[in-house]
Amino acid sequence: MATPPVTAERAPTSGSGSRTAALTRKPNPRVIGNLPLLQIKDLDVHFITGRGTARVVDKANLTIQHNEIVGIAGESGSGKTTLVEAILQIIRFPNRVTHGQVLFSHDGKEQVDLMTIGDRRMRQLRGRHIAYVPQGSMNSLNPVAKIGDQIVDGMLDHGVSEREAKAKVPSLLARVGLDDRVSKLYPHELSGGMKQRVIIAIAIAMEPALIVADEPTTALDVNVQRLILETLLNLRDELNVAIMIVSHDLPVHAQLVERIGIMYAGQIVETGDIRSTVKESLHPYTNGLMRAIPAIGGSRERLEGIGGATPSPLAWPEGCRFHNRCPRVMDICKGVMPILAEVAPGTREIADGTTAEVIPDRLVACHLYPESTPSTASAAERGASMAGIAQGGSR
Amino acid sequence: MTDRTGTGAASPAALLELDDVTTIFGHGVNSTWASDHVSLRIEEHPPRIVSVVGESGSGKTTAARALLGLQPPTSGKALWRGKDIYSLSKHELLDFRREVQVVFQDPYGIFNPYYPIDRVFNMTIKKFKLARSKDEASRLIEEALKAVNLRPPDVLGRYPHQLSGGERQRVMLARAYLAKPKVIVADEAISMLDVAVRAVIMNILLDFKEQLGISTIFITHDLSAAYYLGGDIMVMQRGRAVELGPSVSVMDNPKHPYTKLLLESIPSPDPDQRWDNAAIPASELDELGESRRGSRNRCLFAERCPYVRDECWARRPPRYLVGEQEVACVLYAEIPRNDGDLTLQEVASAQGGVTAGVR
Repeated sequence: MATPPVTAERAPTSGSGSRTAALTRKPNPRVIGNLPLLQIKDLDVHFITGRGTARVVDKANLTIQHNEIVGIAGESGSGKTTLVEAILQIIRFPNRVTHGQVLFSHDGKEQVDLMTIGDRRMRQLRGRHIAYVPQGSMNSLNPVAKIGDQIVDGMLDHGVSEREAKAKVPSLLARVGLDDRVSKLYPHELSGGMKQRVIIAIAIAMEPALIVADEPTTALDVNVQRLILETLLNLRDELNVAIMIVSHDLPVHAQLVERIGIMYAGQIVETGDIRSTVKESLHPYTNGLMRAIPAIGGSRERLEGIGGATPSPLAWPEGCRFHNRCPRVMDICKGVMPILAEVAPGTREIADGTTAEVIPDRLVACHLYPESTPSTASAAERGASMAGIAQGGSR
Repeated sequence: MTDRTGTGAASPAALLELDDVTTIFGHGVNSTWASDHVSLRIEEHPPRIVSVVGESGSGKTTAARALLGLQPPTSGKALWRGKDIYSLSKHELLDFRREVQVVFQDPYGIFNPYYPIDRVFNMTIKKFKLARSKDEASRLIEEALKAVNLRPPDVLGRYPHQLSGGERQRVMLARAYLAKPKVIVADEAISMLDVAVRAVIMNILLDFKEQLGISTIFITHDLSAAYYLGGDIMVMQRGRAVELGPSVSVMDNPKHPYTKLLLESIPSPDPDQRWDNAAIPASELDELGESRRGSRNRCLFAERCPYVRDECWARRPPRYLVGEQEVACVLYAEIPRNDGDLTLQEVASAQGGVTAGVR
């Protein structure tokens, strides 16, 4: 605060670190306790199908802190959207959550298990404390209602008076960088990026503690995508809201999130700080993903991609689910499922065979790290409930 | 081929060419210019990859549809080996359809779910009479599947829903391969696929070019994919080609302010290279209204351009040759061209000093 001139003189090209510095957080007046915002523990979501049980999400563990921006990445079919639907309690028959806890605390003091609170209370929480921006939701605006009315609509459901709600519309639109005139328009008069920002305005209307956005920039042009991402980043700073971004697009995460969880075959296989996770990946799958992305200005050498195909949730491979596509597969991988565990900090060999300084708070499920190998076979079958507790703690 | 282009130029006919193509949808105030005097030339030799990039609504797909014989232009010509694609004889049309293959964006919607995958191969073989016997047909199919790294037993006899998106898109490439084409038009062929699979598809297109001499017209909004594929690039904005040239030099050194904007907006996969200052857009609301009503006799990027001058509003910017790149922007007016449109081929030969005299 004492040195504003330094900030002003910052060279426009100096990418490194400057944005991250801007992310240092102000204290959140909403949070009065020490509990994390969201703790997902050993969550299972299964589909009962004619051909057997599809374990779409299987023993997923994830913790999200207040004000944090967390990304979830993975291929299509890895269970990203289903995980999100489980948090929101909108899993529909014939899918069902068979096991696990989703502990939510909007103020850090009072914690509720979303799995057990029931439809009525969940409905009050949804929109009020947890906002959801589903995939493609910008195309689900009502074509025959004005934007302003659609923003008001959500607030009325949470007991805000119509007058109050209407008065709030201009400031909500301003928060997402839209002109007040937009409230008088119909969806077909807006561009895709504007519609997506309207959706975000609806999501933040009740000042939630968590916004869950599923593929918020997919199908948008790059410059519009950039605007949306910057809008989200600003909202976090202005509203003290935590954001969970689901996207298959790793560069989006690299630009936006602080911590990332990589999903593969229904499980979270690696979590950690974004920088170290993408630059010094612990899991061979994460490493493979990073090596499949073409970069402008890069070497233009042949990209490797990841051979093989995503396995079917009806029959996940035995042991580590990535073993049949993994370049570093070992014998143990074929029989024993690794557990998500924190890798002891220090100099370690990582997924690409080089050594790196591993910082605390990085979790991986891979037998390359002894921490991930369960001590007994039965522990492997149970999945480790330890992992979820160890996670993300030191924020 | 000794055919000449309709304009009577001395150059031999290109394999595929858009000659000053304009496509207008609708009438009067509601008209949309999807292509606005677009020219593009694909020679048979050497095989090249030409990427067409731009944001949605920039006219990429309309240009591709004109080349495929699916969208007759309002004015200008779409030519195949010097002949107008829209007045080919029945016999010629069959040849054209075999030589120019297409792969579309959606690998999920393109298959008929009631038939096994084999059908797309059998139909192609039947249509173009590629095989004389069943044995020959299955040999061809096997060869095609190998070319895209699929194992025949994993695909044949199965139904579309049993394959992943990447596998289906590879089946479409195998189908294209079967016809022994000269050009594949890939319209957003990787945009619905996962990153790891995208790399596989792009590598197949590179192999097709290098080993089989098949050119690709790669329509995409993903500039990093265009960079990876190399070859040439055409950047489109609101129906116009605003920058043309070799992909690598356009992206390492973009000239048109629109190309610069596109490149700056691409998220880097490196978290150490985050955007460090906010992109402030022009008022989108005004821009939307403007794009519907405004005159087109001007630079269509003017309202968003940080370098805008008075003359940008006064006339359509001509194209200027800057190094190997051709740019429709008055910022580069020092090096004017006055002999009509420049083709990508000419741009490439400019490297050899052919057009040096123009400067």
